[in-house]
Amino acid sequence: MRDQLQQQPRDLDGNPVTPGLPMAMLAEITHRCPLACPYCSNPVELTRAAQELTADDWGRVFRQAADLGVLQVHISGGEPGARRDLAQIVAHARDAGLYVNLITSGIGITRDRLEELDRAGVDHVQLSLQGIRPDMADRISGHPGSWDKKMGFAGWVQDIGFPLTINAVVHRQNLERLPDMIDLAETLGARRIEVATVQFHGWADLNRRALMPTREQAAFARTVVNDARIRLRGRMVIDYVPADHHAVYPKACMGGWGSTGLNVAPDGTVLPCHAAQSIPWMQFENVRDRPLAEIWHLSDSFNAFRGTAWMPEPCRSCDRKTVDFGGCRCQAMALAGDARATDPVCSLSPLHQQVVARAEADADADPGELIYRRMKKGDTS
Amino acid sequence: MTVQPARLTPAPLIGADDIPYLPRGVRLADDRVRGIRVLQAPERAMQLDAIGDAILGELDGVRSMGAIVRDLAARYNAPPDQIAGDVRDFLTGLIERRMVFVRERP
Repeated sequence: MRDQLQQQPRDLDGNPVTPGLPMAMLAEITHRCPLACPYCSNPVELTRAAQELTADDWGRVFRQAADLGVLQVHISGGEPGARRDLAQIVAHARDAGLYVNLITSGIGITRDRLEELDRAGVDHVQLSLQGIRPDMADRISGHPGSWDKKMGFAGWVQDIGFPLTINAVVHRQNLERLPDMIDLAETLGARRIEVATVQFHGWADLNRRALMPTREQAAFARTVVNDARIRLRGRMVIDYVPADHHAVYPKACMGGWGSTGLNVAPDGTVLPCHAAQSIPWMQFENVRDRPLAEIWHLSDSFNAFRGTAWMPEPCRSCDRKTVDFGGCRCQAMALAGDARATDPVCSLSPLHQQVVARAEADADADPGELIYRRMKKGDTS
Repeated sequence: MTVQPARLTPAPLIGADDIPYLPRGVRLADDRVRGIRVLQAPERAMQLDAIGDAILGELDGVRSMGAIVRDLAARYNAPPDQIAGDVRDFLTGLIERRMVFVRERP
């Protein structure tokens, strides 16, 4: 491996690049989930249970990740509680020295199991909410009774004493209730709330009309967040992912491709971000075949968009190229048909006007029916 | 028209009598790969310099910030007033991020 690490990593044009070290790893341990949220960040092609890595496989991956420089793991899915061996997976992560964030819907984890996860070493719990009342929460999640189960789960989290973050995904159908969502997070004793506007990849892209916020909603959300940050200073942290279709500049996706984070999918595929498989020509490697450090340092997928030499104009000559890194490669793929392009949500992109016009048309259109996330027939979920 | 100072010191979120502590889910750790000290917290790993590490190492959940400042000033032979400002601002930044909690002296 030493010989291989001495190979010069190169971007997709052959320019030399210098990989840094990853801080955080997203471990999507399963795609199975009792919920069916129409903006799920999992790929449209879901992985079956039979293809999932075992708990011992995850233990090996966590040790390799810690040796590579990863400090925190985000154990997610799907619903991680859908795996009966979740506590064993958590224990492996702690044994490797990682800080363990558990990202859950709260559905399917009983109080006894939550206590087991406490003993296994979960450091922090993130609970997703799909609405602030039973009707909205159950409709968006496609799971009758989800609201009551989530509120029960949040109570157990408080009883055990885990630090709690509320994950609130906001969109056209619930943005008006954002102030109530923030109040609810405070009532539940959350230290943090992540308010994330739907990112239009995969399932969410199938639901653009139903979920695309209007320009007025995006402005309203910004005001609500700014006011709440002042009001709740020292009591609750508000992290906010704005609606980037209405922004001037794109988000600094992943803090730069292959710079600080990596994602391991249920079957062991290693991805620079959770949506990377939407770039059809890109090949990804698997921890079953190659050590994580080699994949991080040497794989074509991770090196493809490292550095800035690969960038076309207008990014190439832009002062912000080391601020936002040209935005999101997957969004460039989806909106410009070219993963190298300037993220079309950037106001400097030649496609910007077209993208904004389409977003506004979608936000004004009849929302239609939600298309729920489901495994294909014959899959076990 | 008024002239704004270039940078405002945020209003302190802790007083000398308050007792700062690391709540559950926040811990000091060695980053053995990079050879640095870090503060591990929900969704965050913050690199600490020697001063930050020294301050957080004093948080025992028993002593007040004032007592911690006196001990640090004695140990590093530094003026207590300057240490007090540095400690208060550093802890205020972490309280804002909910990485340090405070309880009032009983």
